[in-house]
Amino acid sequence: MSGPAVSLRAVAKTYWRGGQPVPVLTDISFDIQHGDFLALMGPSGSGKSTLLNLIAGIDQPTGGEIRVDDVDIARLSESELADWRARHVGFIFQFYNLMPVLTALENVELPLMLTSLNRRQRREHAQLALEMVGLAERVGHYPNELSGGQQQRVAIARAIVTDPTLIVADEPTGDLDRKSAGEILDLLDRLNGDLGKTIVMVTHDQRAAERAHAIRHLEKGELSALEVAVSRPVTSEREGGG
Amino acid sequence: MVFFLLKMAFKNAVRHRLRAMLTLSGIVVAILAFGLLRTVVGAWYAGADAASDKRLITRSSISLVFSLPIAYGERIRQVPGVSSVSWANWFGGVYIEEKNFFPQFAVDPVTYLPLYPEFVLDEASQKAFIRDRRGAMVGRKLAQRFGWKVGDVVTLRGTIFPGSWSFVVRGIYKGRNQSTDENQFLFHWDYLNEKIRTVAPRYADRTGVFVVGIQDGSAAAEISQQVDALFKNSLAETLTETEKAFQLGFVAMTEVIVQAIEIVSFVVILIIMAVMANTMAMSARERTAEYATLKALGFQPMSVGSLIFAESMVLGLAGGAMGIVLTYPAVRAIGGALDNIFPIFNVADKTVWMQLGASLVIGLSAACVPSIRAMRVRIVDGLRAIA
Ligand SMILES: Nc1ncnc2c1ncn2[C@@H]1O[C@H](COP(=O)(O)OP(=O)(O)OP(=O)(O)O)[C@@H](O)[C@H]1O
Ligand SMILES: [Mg+2]
Repeated sequence: MSGPAVSLRAVAKTYWRGGQPVPVLTDISFDIQHGDFLALMGPSGSGKSTLLNLIAGIDQPTGGEIRVDDVDIARLSESELADWRARHVGFIFQFYNLMPVLTALENVELPLMLTSLNRRQRREHAQLALEMVGLAERVGHYPNELSGGQQQRVAIARAIVTDPTLIVADEPTGDLDRKSAGEILDLLDRLNGDLGKTIVMVTHDQRAAERAHAIRHLEKGELSALEVAVSRPVTSEREGGG
Repeated sequence: MVFFLLKMAFKNAVRHRLRAMLTLSGIVVAILAFGLLRTVVGAWYAGADAASDKRLITRSSISLVFSLPIAYGERIRQVPGVSSVSWANWFGGVYIEEKNFFPQFAVDPVTYLPLYPEFVLDEASQKAFIRDRRGAMVGRKLAQRFGWKVGDVVTLRGTIFPGSWSFVVRGIYKGRNQSTDENQFLFHWDYLNEKIRTVAPRYADRTGVFVVGIQDGSAAAEISQQVDALFKNSLAETLTETEKAFQLGFVAMTEVIVQAIEIVSFVVILIIMAVMANTMAMSARERTAEYATLKALGFQPMSVGSLIFAESMVLGLAGGAMGIVLTYPAVRAIGGALDNIFPIFNVADKTVWMQLGASLVIGLSAACVPSIRAMRVRIVDGLRAIA
């Protein structure tokens, strides 16, 4: 694994609305190195989520090439892409997207259903992941019995339980109060620092972005040059932005 | 994985308590109603279904009301392929009150009983019945209905044949099959004929129908023709047909009603299919983001589709099972009340299979559209369906 974790070349994305093309991304090229923690910023509607979705393989570009760990994901079929995501991508959403009918433990176990692990191993892994996010005593709780911050931590446990190459987070703190947001950012920091996970995070929040290694701004379909986050490293600081 | 999906489907099915309860009770009622209506239809045709293809019925070609000379029996027996001949005459007596209706036949026991092996009676009782000219042989259900025991005297008030007629119960037969009529009252034609001879000799030595036993059911048409040919251009021409056709002749009058009931039974299922499809579409639409999330996590569209199918099947089959279980007591209750209209009112195996089939169809059909939609929806669009 010598090359970059993610490599985009001339990526374009155009939506069609009522027969009219809506170009969202025109010519995006950049690399994300292994172990990077990148924040994507930009005004609403600038295409941040679109870009993140392309990198995560839940959307297809209309042009260009996206390689993740040297796999050209734009070439994969829908079914191959699903398998690929199960193995390589951890998702964190703004609204957590947990399954309301499953307990915290079962939610974390969910992606492991797609692996060859047996039931006992799945339980162990899920338990471990929940411990890592500090929710060991909440395994039996349902999402609606947890606070927003706790739900997002369950979602983070779900994102890391398969040990993916890449973690994508779309406004992971967008729905949280400042304190909970700080805890989530601390967690992401640890995933990146201690476990060496490559993280791409979309955020509106300057303070959140500053927890990343680097920030890129997206505007009118174009990407700014890499900025090194000013306040790095801040891992020791307990209350981050929110 | 399968177990996990099933568990999730089950939890999804009962997620909205009220919605689940309403849908479920809808299915229960529909399956129950379907079962009851099918049972009514079945009861209507029960006589025909129970009919043996080894029996023909010969009657007056003009109408059942006209009787045939008993001497015809000898000539019918000569027809090749005929193994035995017996006869039965409708009595139409009243037991205490009109509403206690049950069918009564004056028969020739010695020849009649071998033709009806489905009336199961031990040999001793058969002999006792044959020996006693005033003896009667009654069905198990009928005996139960009026609390008759062997040895009891039963008095009928004649309508076609006026007077008071007393019989002694000599045997209580059981039906060999579920479809066997256990409500019949059989007694000696000789006893009836004897009395008629004294009061109205002109009407003596006659019977309503002949029951013709044949060796080969496939020769029924041919033998029927030959029998009828014997009496062509006589004073009393005959009409011979299979027992089944004969029984269906009774049904034919009301066949339109029966068909209407049959159609209604399917309409009930169609309605609940629509209701269920609506419920599933509503539930699946609300969970668009959840299904998109599953797909994002790497679940194949097929798995997501199966999740919806499983949920729909859980509801369909649970409702169906309850409906089927309830059909039995319901049929028993209704059957008790309609005993004299429908002597045979049982839940047929076929009905249960059809109910099961209907539940499956309800579940499957309701899942089709929502699962295809959930399978097809692009993940990014599905995720945006949140909030
Ligand atoms: N499925 C779609 N069909 C049509 N247009 C879309 C679709 N998804 C996104 N767009 C358009 O693409 C543009 C970029 O959307 P995107 O969601 O990537 O923006 P964003 O930067 O994430 O914004 P926000 O900060 O509000 O989340 C917007 O103009 C949006 O309306
Ligand atoms: Mg966005």
